[in-house]
Amino acid sequence: MPEGILTITIIVIKILAIMLPLMAAVAYTTLVERKVIGYMQLRIGPNRVGLKGLLQPIADALKLMCKEFIIPTGSSRFLFLLAPVLALGPALAAWAVIPFGSEMVLADINAGLLYVLALTSLGVYGIIIAGWASNSKYAFLGAMRSAAQIVSYEIAMGFSLVGVLVAAGSLNLGDIIEAQRGSLGILNWFWLPLLPLFFIYFISGVAETNRAPFDVSEGESEIVAGFHVEYAGMAFALFFLAEYANMILISALTAVLFMGGWLSPVSWVPDGIHWFFAKTGFFLFLFLWFRATFPRYRYDQIMRLGWKIFLPITIVWVMVVAAMVVWKIPPWFSS
Amino acid sequence: MEVFLHYLKSFTLWELFKGLSLTGRRFIDKKVTIQYPEEKTPQSPRFRGLHALRRYSNGEERCIACKLCEAVCPALAITIESEVRDDGTRRTSKYEIDLTKCIFCGFCEESCPVDSIVETRHFEYHGEKRGDLLMTKEKLLANAERFEEQIAADRESESRYR
Repeated sequence: MPEGILTITIIVIKILAIMLPLMAAVAYTTLVERKVIGYMQLRIGPNRVGLKGLLQPIADALKLMCKEFIIPTGSSRFLFLLAPVLALGPALAAWAVIPFGSEMVLADINAGLLYVLALTSLGVYGIIIAGWASNSKYAFLGAMRSAAQIVSYEIAMGFSLVGVLVAAGSLNLGDIIEAQRGSLGILNWFWLPLLPLFFIYFISGVAETNRAPFDVSEGESEIVAGFHVEYAGMAFALFFLAEYANMILISALTAVLFMGGWLSPVSWVPDGIHWFFAKTGFFLFLFLWFRATFPRYRYDQIMRLGWKIFLPITIVWVMVVAAMVVWKIPPWFSS
Repeated sequence: MEVFLHYLKSFTLWELFKGLSLTGRRFIDKKVTIQYPEEKTPQSPRFRGLHALRRYSNGEERCIACKLCEAVCPALAITIESEVRDDGTRRTSKYEIDLTKCIFCGFCEESCPVDSIVETRHFEYHGEKRGDLLMTKEKLLANAERFEEQIAADRESESRYR
């Protein structure tokens, strides 16, 4: 079947075209993170390896590859090895439905939003299994915290997505972006009518990826490094990759769902993929900015925020959105 | 009213934005990092670095083996043995500072009645094998020879305060 082979080849090429730049982006996000946090602390960050420190991620990767890979004696060997794969897999797979430009999407499926929601939830299994298989109390505590946290914020996140779904009337990410098109440019995007949901989605996204200020699952000062305390070398690097891939994914999703994806902010400038990247980059920068600014939440505060504040607000605002859609409030829902 | 203001503040994320604006300002501020091997911070003439055992300008050792430094040393890093020389003066036969014990407090320098043991401004040294950081009398005297100019100048400029 030469035709089938051709199709598969094209798909593989498309996957590579997404994966390789994504991996490079992940590697350089680590450098940018160190630079940005350094700058916010009046330092200059890494600048020794290569020109202005540009080879730092490569040096880090080489170091991690050369390190010994240790499997603790008491660990559950199979699960211990499976966990990093389970953490990274969903983080990469979710990229399949992200529309980069108007025709640039790997899998243009109708249930894109559901697919994303399902895959981002799967990431928690990697963390739970890693914590359990390590057979270490710190790793286990980290995994438990992380699981509870992710499950809690998943709900607020899901309701935010319901708001987007109601506003756009579609689960297809491309259609969601098209629904944000309008003559007012940036004011037509969903961030304005869905402002509380926009904030809650992004903050929940930060919590989902276990980033500061919601990084209790790592909690260096309390439980050493949390779920990945027993991992070394490349297995540790996989968790790292997963975390950063997830960060970029959440940034991209926020750009798509609330900031109009590839749409241009003003009507006289053409749309294009560069807008998508600019918006994603902005949200990614916010992740780093948060980490440099906010101290870690206490565990019970995280739970309170998720259940007692975010959840009620999202439910109320979903109703507000529904009302706006029903009464066709201009300029967003007039058509 | 208080309650209302509190809610307003929480829901507008006021405090969070304040924090973000602070780090945002720092982000564009001038950086204070000093790139160490290429750039260095200014050094005080009273800097306490590597030790040296000085001589008078006629070549005679200053140290008279009074052992005040040995007595005052809080880390017990100094070991001194003395003998009477042929001309009837007392001099050290052994003067050692163990730099792995030394805490660089400068008490030895302060206690010395003849300005013999001093701490130079030199701090970029290292040992590569066991014993390298045990400063024997020869090494200390050699240090003084090496840094005498700087040591004398620093003593001169600080003499008003001593």
